Amino acid sequence: MDNPARSAVNRAMDTDVLIAGGGLNGTALALALAQAGLRVILVDPLAAATRADAGFDGRGYALSISSQRLLAAIGIWERVTAQVQPILNIKVSDGRAGEGPSPLVLEFDHAEIEEGPMGYMLEDRHLRPALMAMVAETGAIRQIAGASVTGHAAGPGAVTVSLSDGSELTAALLVGCDGKRSATAQRAGINRWGWEYGQSSLVCAVEHELPHHGTAQQFFMPPGPLAILPLPGNRSSIVWTETTAEAARISALPDEAFLEELRPRFGSYLGEIALAGARFCYPLSMSVAHDYVRDRVALLGDAAHAVHPVAGQGLNAGLKDVGALTEVLVRARRRGEDIGRIDVLRRYQSWRRFDVVTLALAMDATVRLFSNDSSVLRAGRDLGLGLVNRLAPLRRNLIREAAGLTGEVPRLNRGLPI
Amino acid sequence: MTETQTIDPAEVAKFQAMASEWWDAEGKFKPLHMLNPTRLDYICTQIAAEFDRDLTGPEPFAGLRLLDIGCGGGLLSEPMARLGAEVVGADAAERNIPVAQLHAEQSGLTIDYRHTTAEALAAEGERFDVVLNMEVVEHVADPLGYLTACHDLLKPGGLMICSTINRNSKSFMMAIVGAEWVMRWLPKGTHDWAKFITPDELFDLLRRAGLDPVDRQGMVFNPLGWSWSLSPRDLSVNYVTASIRRD
Repeated sequence: MDNPARSAVNRAMDTDVLIAGGGLNGTALALALAQAGLRVILVDPLAAATRADAGFDGRGYALSISSQRLLAAIGIWERVTAQVQPILNIKVSDGRAGEGPSPLVLEFDHAEIEEGPMGYMLEDRHLRPALMAMVAETGAIRQIAGASVTGHAAGPGAVTVSLSDGSELTAALLVGCDGKRSATAQRAGINRWGWEYGQSSLVCAVEHELPHHGTAQQFFMPPGPLAILPLPGNRSSIVWTETTAEAARISALPDEAFLEELRPRFGSYLGEIALAGARFCYPLSMSVAHDYVRDRVALLGDAAHAVHPVAGQGLNAGLKDVGALTEVLVRARRRGEDIGRIDVLRRYQSWRRFDVVTLALAMDATVRLFSNDSSVLRAGRDLGLGLVNRLAPLRRNLIREAAGLTGEVPRLNRGLPI
Repeated sequence: MTETQTIDPAEVAKFQAMASEWWDAEGKFKPLHMLNPTRLDYICTQIAAEFDRDLTGPEPFAGLRLLDIGCGGGLLSEPMARLGAEVVGADAAERNIPVAQLHAEQSGLTIDYRHTTAEALAAEGERFDVVLNMEVVEHVADPLGYLTACHDLLKPGGLMICSTINRNSKSFMMAIVGAEWVMRWLPKGTHDWAKFITPDELFDLLRRAGLDPVDRQGMVFNPLGWSWSLSPRDLSVNYVTASIRRD
């Protein structure tokens, strides 16, 4: 009778969780779940080597403290510490091209919160391969590269997932980490709301003469914000937002003409600047899924919510999803619940949705306010920025919000095991 | 070894509908689904402590024989089987058995569901490491006789988890007026308030049945968060106990 070999659990299911999409969020989720004892299959249309070989392109992420702690908890941080740049303070100012920044500057310093630096800059070329390498080393993760998910059918005990190579796999749960045009969401019948901003972000890295001392600058210009984020050495990552037509014009310019456009906006506080790496141009839009879950399906990262990346919060929101979904699933598994059931998945949805919608609307309001060239609004902004500087508790809250430390923070995002 | 229950194909559609009803988180059994994670947390913690199991590992309850009395659609039996226990689910309502059986098969779980009672199983000489006795004792005619049968079903060193509802003015308002009359979570007449048992009365009954009660905690509904949680102090309405058979 007491024969442990005779298990009551049907192991015929191919895996516990099947993840569609092997980007940053998909790989981080795979690692977090596998480390907590769940079996994972990770499916991506691109070969793992292609995804890992991002090369040097200058793209960087402003990681919040909550993201840094999650990456530390899953063992990634120790692999990239040599490549990170701590953000020691953030200066926000209001400016108009040609006039330079307004004298009233909103300044946030890491000494005002006890958690240390306000965030970290990390380039895509370091973060992505670190995640890919660790996934490849993790036995509990089975990777299927070069195939995409083409359909799924949620049944009473499992979801059956069809792949483009003709195979079928069964799992307790399918997680769509397949971006803001998520095919998983479409197939699950989940609609989205959202809009275009008529703005695009020009993204690149620059080298400069003088050290940045770990300072991130955010200039609010009438067409849109210009963020200058510190990278290791005398380099910074630029996120420069303009109207879509203007961005297309600037993007088409040769490098030297591009720099001529950038210099008056950038200012001279870091001395001479030169391009370091490729240039990119991304149209800005907001897209939020009506629901993050269906029976046996969950959406995560941009598939659930793609926000205007004005403060680099897209990846940070995704990594908070990773922390919350992992915690919900692992707790459910440890009390014997079926992890694909809708009542389990709704715990993840209610945990994350309020946070994300609040963030999306706040971002939206910020962009609309600061993208306006009305002189009345501008005077109000100068006054507003000056006032915020004088109000210590409000300032501390703004800093903590940017660091991802408000709301009920998932354990992994506090650097704790589940 | 008992044979697997076989289901008449003509009946499957009816059982499927009933299984869907039992397992619909928003349906007729919504109050049980809402309470379930909290009940399971208590059960898992007590079993892990008594049998020295690591809940973070795979199938922590492997090798344990567990009886779920009043199993219904299998809301507790399935999680226990998923954690590796060898589960017998017993229900006095015959129609629940094939329904629970069908759902377990769809979930890929092997569970031995039987139309029987605690007294009958004890008389047959069945013995278990763990007996789950959840929200049953307030429905039986002879609580002491019933708890004595539960004692007999345990192996020496075995663990019984027993939950019920306290008897006081607050539990009358919450469990009868609130749950049955106002919220209509439960059909009117589900509970007879006079049969509710205070924690001290239950501990006394457990001792007289030969068991050693070792723990008790409240299960408290928080209307703001619309969720349940365990409380070591507030046993005023729903509560759960753990007891051991020593001999």
